[in-house]
Amino acid sequence: MAADGKPKQIRLSTNPSREELEKLSIGDIVYLDGTVYTGREGVYKRAIEEGEPLPLDLPAESAANFHCSPAATQDDDGNVKMGAVTATASFRFSKWIGAWFQKSGARLILGKGGMSAKDYREHFVPNGAIYLTTVGYGTGALLGRGVKGVKAVHWRKELGLAQAMWVIEVENFGPFIVESDLEGNSLFERENARIAENLDKVYEGTRPAVLKRFGETDDRSDELI
Amino acid sequence: MIPIDTIQTTAESLMDKAAIEIPDDYLTGLQAAAADEEGDLSSFVLQAMLENYEAAKEDRRAMCGDTGCPRWYVKMSNDARVEGGPIALEEALRRATANATNGVPLRPNRVHPLWRTDHDNNVGINAPEIEYGFEPEPEGEWIDLITVHKGGLFGTDYRMLFPSDGIEGIKRFYLDSLVAFGKRGLACQPAIIGIGLGGSKDTCMVLGKRAACLRTVGDRNPDPEIAKLEEEFKELGNSIGMGAMGFVGKNMVIDCHIEVGYCHTGGMQMSVHAFCLSSRRAVARIHADGRVEYRTDPQWFTDYQRRETVAWQPTESQSKSA
Repeated sequence: MAADGKPKQIRLSTNPSREELEKLSIGDIVYLDGTVYTGREGVYKRAIEEGEPLPLDLPAESAANFHCSPAATQDDDGNVKMGAVTATASFRFSKWIGAWFQKSGARLILGKGGMSAKDYREHFVPNGAIYLTTVGYGTGALLGRGVKGVKAVHWRKELGLAQAMWVIEVENFGPFIVESDLEGNSLFERENARIAENLDKVYEGTRPAVLKRFGETDDRSDELI
Repeated sequence: MIPIDTIQTTAESLMDKAAIEIPDDYLTGLQAAAADEEGDLSSFVLQAMLENYEAAKEDRRAMCGDTGCPRWYVKMSNDARVEGGPIALEEALRRATANATNGVPLRPNRVHPLWRTDHDNNVGINAPEIEYGFEPEPEGEWIDLITVHKGGLFGTDYRMLFPSDGIEGIKRFYLDSLVAFGKRGLACQPAIIGIGLGGSKDTCMVLGKRAACLRTVGDRNPDPEIAKLEEEFKELGNSIGMGAMGFVGKNMVIDCHIEVGYCHTGGMQMSVHAFCLSSRRAVARIHADGRVEYRTDPQWFTDYQRRETVAWQPTESQSKSA
């Protein structure tokens, strides 16, 4: 956080050095320059579980994996029309992320909502990677403006438009917020803890349902992800 | 007779508007939220959202990359006849959905639940949903097409409560839904929250979803006691201390709408729905002479839709509001 209380804003390469990542704190705002690629469950399954060789040179081409399906179409000649770009929720990809770092050398994971601090400590910190979350999560039009072009669409036929690996050239692509740092701290978990202090007061005047459901907990600081 | 070509071209234009243009009532609500937000990070997020709406309109691109699940609500006057009949109407709406998915473009979100087959056009088995309503007023031959591209899949839940749960139980489930799905901003708040009370399980979900998607910010239920609850729940949601993206803040709920349906004497069904930051809805009325009037207020919940009696007997005030 900068001295005036406004978040600090930084331009960052999609192949950042460790020194550049060390300068980032959770809550900083980041805009990216370079190349990012999309990859989510379809790509992870194919590359990790089925052992299919990667269709591009990682991390040389890009160290930034975006959890995203763009709103885009591709005609029969391969021409691409891309509209808005928005991330998808990352917590669902936790089981593949460790193996993915090994395979891809990614240092930036971009997505929606972050992952758990446990994931950061176990998988991100040892691989020198951080998590950047999209803002909103509806700033698809702003992100779309940062897209300079689509370099390639890999595994389009095998995985479909939404799950394919889109390789995207970006400039001033953002905003993103630094959700995890190189020590594995999570901005969301910090905010959750602050909000939890007020929850008992908010819940005054309410009462639990007469009929309980399996799996219920009364600890409201728990997360359901 | 309402011309089928006009229905399809209007439907395509509505798909475009819904994806790109934030409705004025929601925009005004979000501007008010941005003006009084004190959390540093939540303020930054709300400002970014406002800039994003502008960028979407300027560039004519979808405001969010996840363009939601397009669906249709169709309302007809008692005299409305569609050229080609209801089968032609449904084909026109499905075709418009498919064409706009490639035209805007929208994200082809709709897949088979088991085989994950994607037609790349947001059309498939039972998709898009098409729901119908009928209206006695105004007289004449007209049809309203309403498209909603619902987002906020994490913000919705259902629970069977009982009369003994009372308002305290309703509040508990409401807060549980907001707190659970608001963390990390999974509900894409601040949102319009719709609450369905009563009916049967399916009706309860339908009512809550329509309360979220088919009423505008600032609109109140005509039952004064329910209207008070709507105000109270809006404040309650905003007192959690959670803002946009689950950061510390005080704007979680842009507005809260409650719709009720008569239910079994032993139960009190409740559903909660969040209509996300990109509250995508667009409406047009098409007349038999081919006139098309665009608006953003669906005007779905009329006195007729909420009627309690066997036969419809409009009073003077009721026929005005229809």
